[in-house]
Amino acid sequence: MRLPDILRFARDAATGYPMRTTLSVLAMSIGVAAVVILTALGDGARRYVVGQFSSIGTNLVIVLPGRSGTGGFNPANAITTTPRDLTVDDAAALHRASAVSRLAPLTVGTSEISFGGRLREIIVAGSTSDFIPIRNFEVAQGRGLPEEDWNRGSSVAVIGSKIREELFGNEPAVGQLIRVGDRRLRIVGVLKPVGQGLGMNTDELVIVPVSLAQAMFNSNTLFRILVEAKSREAIPEAKEQVMEILKQRHRGEEDVTVITQDAVLATFDKLLGALTLGVAGIAAISLAVAGILVMNVMLVAVTQRTGEIGLLKALGATARTIRLAFLAEAAMLSTVGAVVGYLLGQLGAFGLRQAFPVFPAYPPDWAVIAGLSTALITGLLFGVMPARRAARLDPVQALMKH
Amino acid sequence: MALIELTGIERVFQLGDSEVHALTALDLSIGAGEYVAVMGPSGSGKSTLLNLLGLLDRPNAGTYRLEGRDVTTLSPDEQARVRSERIGFVFQSFHLVPRLTAAENIALPMTLAGIPVKERNVRVARALSGFGLENRADHRPDQLSGGQRQRVAIARATIMQPALILADEPTGNLDRHTGEEVVNLLEALNASGVTLVVVTHDQAMGARARRQLVMEDGRLKHDSGQPAHAPA
Repeated sequence: MRLPDILRFARDAATGYPMRTTLSVLAMSIGVAAVVILTALGDGARRYVVGQFSSIGTNLVIVLPGRSGTGGFNPANAITTTPRDLTVDDAAALHRASAVSRLAPLTVGTSEISFGGRLREIIVAGSTSDFIPIRNFEVAQGRGLPEEDWNRGSSVAVIGSKIREELFGNEPAVGQLIRVGDRRLRIVGVLKPVGQGLGMNTDELVIVPVSLAQAMFNSNTLFRILVEAKSREAIPEAKEQVMEILKQRHRGEEDVTVITQDAVLATFDKLLGALTLGVAGIAAISLAVAGILVMNVMLVAVTQRTGEIGLLKALGATARTIRLAFLAEAAMLSTVGAVVGYLLGQLGAFGLRQAFPVFPAYPPDWAVIAGLSTALITGLLFGVMPARRAARLDPVQALMKH
Repeated sequence: MALIELTGIERVFQLGDSEVHALTALDLSIGAGEYVAVMGPSGSGKSTLLNLLGLLDRPNAGTYRLEGRDVTTLSPDEQARVRSERIGFVFQSFHLVPRLTAAENIALPMTLAGIPVKERNVRVARALSGFGLENRADHRPDQLSGGQRQRVAIARATIMQPALILADEPTGNLDRHTGEEVVNLLEALNASGVTLVVVTHDQAMGARARRQLVMEDGRLKHDSGQPAHAPA
């Protein structure tokens, strides 16, 4: 039997039983759609987090007080602070490192801001003029912190866009005097809205000179030192140098942790990549179930069409021809199911992106390819058994069943 | 040389613990172009004989020579080929594929044999007009009358120009008038040289054949005539 004839025969056989065919195509398409949508979700989460992390800066090396045991990235280090001192002078010393282009010390605390009788809880970030460019923030009105001696600290502040909105409404904010804690500060700039970034909502942030913040919180410790390497390639070198300098300053003790943005990114990337893979694995189970359903449908088809198979044998069909015809039918069911599922999945991912514009829910290519090929392979694999059963039928018995 | 030569054919079915001898020590020779009716009560082995002749079943012992060739030892695929090229079947219940049109049903043996579409179309068109089915080419079996269905089935049986046509109660599901038509068709085919073996209950139809075989308990009870070219 010629290939086009086999395909046509299989197609006619499949369309001859619309209910059965529709159901198995549906099962297969749900399986594939599940793979596409779930991996789109997983990979979207990965991209979202990685994007968020990238947005904190470029070629960043972050110095934390306290030693982490393994030297690898430990998420606990990013959240908790240890009482080991990291001072503004430590930060200033890092300017010596050749691989460093700029850096900013950072100290963080909570305080209250008040203006015109309105009072609000805020996060105060004490830093220097380079903080805003290193963190990729942009100033919407006014300017950033002034270039000045890090130990001096003039009474100025840069506020987040949400604070500006809440305290000043439509009034101009730059130049106004506000009260933060027990200090009176002049607003020199307002940040552009950026939204959430690493758990710190920059729109509700007030940035003040680092020495002012330390005085406000009565502490000499820094929360972080943000170091920007000269290039991506210079990151390991910058890390080395930063470590070396701080070690010297701390009497040979390695009591700080230096993490690179790359390492953090890679960790999150790996973590969420594994999550996506796991989700894809769960979705693949539904594909296997769909494959078994195709097998059931084909077994029913063989039983239903026993008489026809006997006839085909009587008319001179070889076992191979009958096997091929049934395999082709199974392959068709799963192919159509896979294609329909792919379209459904893409549609679902599109819907997700429409509903949550910040969430990049695109299914990764590998998942789409794996989903489609798993669908086809399970369809074929589970088609083999019914096809063989059909080919093995005894023609005399089969003909009597008509 | 005889078209069909059966020697010492035995066919035993296992039914639970007991053995049923469907055919016992059967010797039979049918010449090319003969018109043979096989008759006998139910369970006498008529259908088993027809299945053996059609290579749908294998004997437990004995040899079957078709056109001088021992076909009992052929592989299933080789037997399929012999069925495709040399044997046409006509069944009591027509056995048309319900989702295929009359033309597609007629073309089915050629499709299975891998004959090119062009050639198929020519031969189907000729068969349709030959069997008076020109207007029914695109009808599905359920849109055809019983007589038309059996004509489609006969057209399908002859489309590969077989040497032998095996008909199992071809008029069993038809009324007398249409049955008569179908028999005329089959006899016309026989007149053109095709060997025709018909299994029937119908005495009148059996009587029209030039040779009658009567089966009983798996044996040949009566053979009305020896073939023209008896084996030496």
